[in-house]
Amino acid sequence: MSGAEKIAVKVTDIVPLNELVTRFKFERVDGGLLPTFSGGAHTVVELRDGAITRLNPYSLMSDPMDQRAYTISVRRDDAGRGGSLFMHNNVRLGDELTISYPVNLFSLDLRAKKHLFIAGGIGITPFLAQIKQLELFNGNWELHYSCRSPDLGSYVDELTGRHPNEAHIYYDDQKQAIDLVRLLDGQPLGTHVYVCGPKGMIDWVRATAAAEGWPREAIHYEEFLAPKPGKPFEVKLAVSNKVIHVGEDESLLEAMEREGVDAPYLCRGGACGQCETDVIDYAGKFIHRDHWLDEAEHSSGKKIMPCVSRFEGKTLVLDR
Amino acid sequence: MTIQFNDETFRDDYSFRNSDRAIRRFPFPFHEDSYMYSVNMEQHRGGPKDSIYEKRFDVDEHYLSEMRDRAQVLADDPLRCQSLPHMTLAGWDLLELIMVSKSEDYPDLFELHRDGDTWRWINKPMGIDDTFTFLDEATLPYGPMEYITRQAQGDFAVLDQRDDNLWMDAGMITTQADWSLDFDIGMNFFEWHAPVPLAHEKGIFVRALKFLLNIQQGAPARRLNWTMTVNPLLDTSPENYHKWGIQKTTLTPENIGAKQHLRVELQTFFRLPRSNALVFPIRCYLCSFQDLMTAPKWGRRLHRVIRDLPDELATYKGFIDNKPLMLEYLSKFDDGLPTSPGIWPEFETEPPLAK
Ligand SMILES: Cc1cc2nc3c(=O)[nH]c(=O)nc-3n(C[C@H](O)[C@H](O)[C@H](O)COP(=O)(O)OP(=O)(O)OC[C@H]3O[C@@H](n4cnc5c(N)ncnc54)[C@H](O)[C@@H]3O)c2cc1C
Ligand code: HEM
Ligand code: FES
Repeated sequence: MSGAEKIAVKVTDIVPLNELVTRFKFERVDGGLLPTFSGGAHTVVELRDGAITRLNPYSLMSDPMDQRAYTISVRRDDAGRGGSLFMHNNVRLGDELTISYPVNLFSLDLRAKKHLFIAGGIGITPFLAQIKQLELFNGNWELHYSCRSPDLGSYVDELTGRHPNEAHIYYDDQKQAIDLVRLLDGQPLGTHVYVCGPKGMIDWVRATAAAEGWPREAIHYEEFLAPKPGKPFEVKLAVSNKVIHVGEDESLLEAMEREGVDAPYLCRGGACGQCETDVIDYAGKFIHRDHWLDEAEHSSGKKIMPCVSRFEGKTLVLDR
Repeated sequence: MTIQFNDETFRDDYSFRNSDRAIRRFPFPFHEDSYMYSVNMEQHRGGPKDSIYEKRFDVDEHYLSEMRDRAQVLADDPLRCQSLPHMTLAGWDLLELIMVSKSEDYPDLFELHRDGDTWRWINKPMGIDDTFTFLDEATLPYGPMEYITRQAQGDFAVLDQRDDNLWMDAGMITTQADWSLDFDIGMNFFEWHAPVPLAHEKGIFVRALKFLLNIQQGAPARRLNWTMTVNPLLDTSPENYHKWGIQKTTLTPENIGAKQHLRVELQTFFRLPRSNALVFPIRCYLCSFQDLMTAPKWGRRLHRVIRDLPDELATYKGFIDNKPLMLEYLSKFDDGLPTSPGIWPEFETEPPLAK
């Protein structure tokens, strides 16, 4: 079996927050306690959408110490392939779902003297759990959260109400923007920076921090990466002895799963390394999208991360 | 089953003994007739009934004596237990993991009663009945990691995970095979493994680290490691080398069967939920050569493994000087017959020694 351990849950609350974001609450079907987790963790939700099973990762935003329920917030993505739409349109109170054990690829560095959180849009979710974790131990933190408009500012009221000194909100439609250079400049020694949001925001924070001389280990990021579509291609799987077709809208990992190949995965977002696969032979070009392999590995033609990366060309043979 | 706890020592008069049951369930570490380092990891999800793999934390007849030995080591050298300030949460995670596992796996020996943050822990073999507040250090006599590992067999390294590496930032290390927590504290996976021969070149540590970084909550893993110890000593630390190193020169053809012990570590790996740290329990099992030889399969195999082991490994494990003496003894238990695959002794099916 691939992926993390599974838990059967039922949906015990659904709260629409605004036009785009809805919150879901899960409790165990058997009435037992859920595992505790660390702030920043996500769970992979299995969505049975007709004949297709979608596996979408969502950050846990509830209090990590609360073992009775997990909550997630899902942003509707009308351009996506339907996982978030399915959550919004088809999932009902009382429905039973399978979710994975918590997996954390975005954990706090507990040595930090101060935690500086930078969120963009739905990227606020992991910070909600991290803030609850830090509050329990009187941790030192500060949040800078950009949203498009007050209407789309999920959890803004809750955050500014409870943490008026720590939470700072910026609205795009009011032309407010984080003054990053100044913000970084004013931090005490031993501060760690965490950023979650659109790719552009992550790149901007990492590049700015690097230019300001921050050590790489003090900058943590998580991108809610989803498999992007691309041209269809064929793959030969040497171990399974199969030739499979990867369609325009599915990832290589999803195509293997559809064909009954038990391929390893955890995050399905190019971050954990679990799906790393050896390339035996190829003629063509790789479209690498993961954060796991380094540049040398990307250009070596020897490895691919099937959860997010694709291929264009004549032949691709994988050791799977 | 109820366990009869031994009253024995791992120092001075070395009264440590294995019962027949302990010999039968000894984790013999060789699944074939040769040995080389490898990424030998598998899931830690139970195992054959009464085997050392069955429970999450094996409790056996040596429990009370091992805990007494640990208390003595700590009294002499408190630096065997250290926890950097950011590791306290991981200590609570570990305390919870051990208390929950032991009370579920050995309900006749351990009980845990939880009422919100108020926890009552009963350890019947050690006569402990403590009530404390979870996550409040002031309500325990020691820090959470030290408190619980004074009541759990085996060493515990608690690793912080960050920057795609593991860092040895806490531990309770009193039964180690010649390495030192005080030296390794704060080091990362590659730094503390630096002294190991051959494995770096084979890429073993790079692959092992990738595996460990991905260990998930609810899905622990395990592996076996081994070395050799003269006399049943738990504390073979560099700090005390002057006391035990010399004992390696006391082996003779007459006493080797009783004095020479195969030392096997059952190493397990658990992700800790609140801290996202990793705990690495290292449980040490000792068995004398003469007790091992009661299993014909183990006799045949141990001879072949030691005979063909690369000298680099015998040197690193510290028994190169005694290797000829070991081979002379072990060869008497090798009749050249084939051995069955796997680590279990197969008492019923393996042919008796034909020599
Ligand atoms: C670790 C992690 C944590 C996450 N946490 C959260 C969270 O807390 N909340 C949350 O809302 N989301 C989160 N996500 C993202 C989430 O997993 C989904 O990617 C998101 O909900 C969209 O899913 P989907 O099935 O609707 O769309 P997907 O099919 O996953 O598509 C996502 C995007 O891919 C592109 N795309 C896909 N197919 C097509 C196509 N045929 N044509 C054009 N474009 C296409 C589009 O740009 C689309 O916007 C997280 C992701 C990761 C990796
Ligand atoms: C995080 C968990 C681990 C910790 C804390 C740990 C710690 C150690 C330490 C302290 C040593 C002694 C080094 C010395 O001589 O000073 C050692 C040796 C060694 N480790 Fe690990 N280790 C871990 C995981 C692993 C894994 C997963 C492997 C898998 C291959 C491995 C393979 C080895 C080997 C082969 C040796 C040499 C042992 C011998 O020959 O006796 N270790 N380890
Ligand atoms: S599944 Fe995590 S990197 Fe592909």
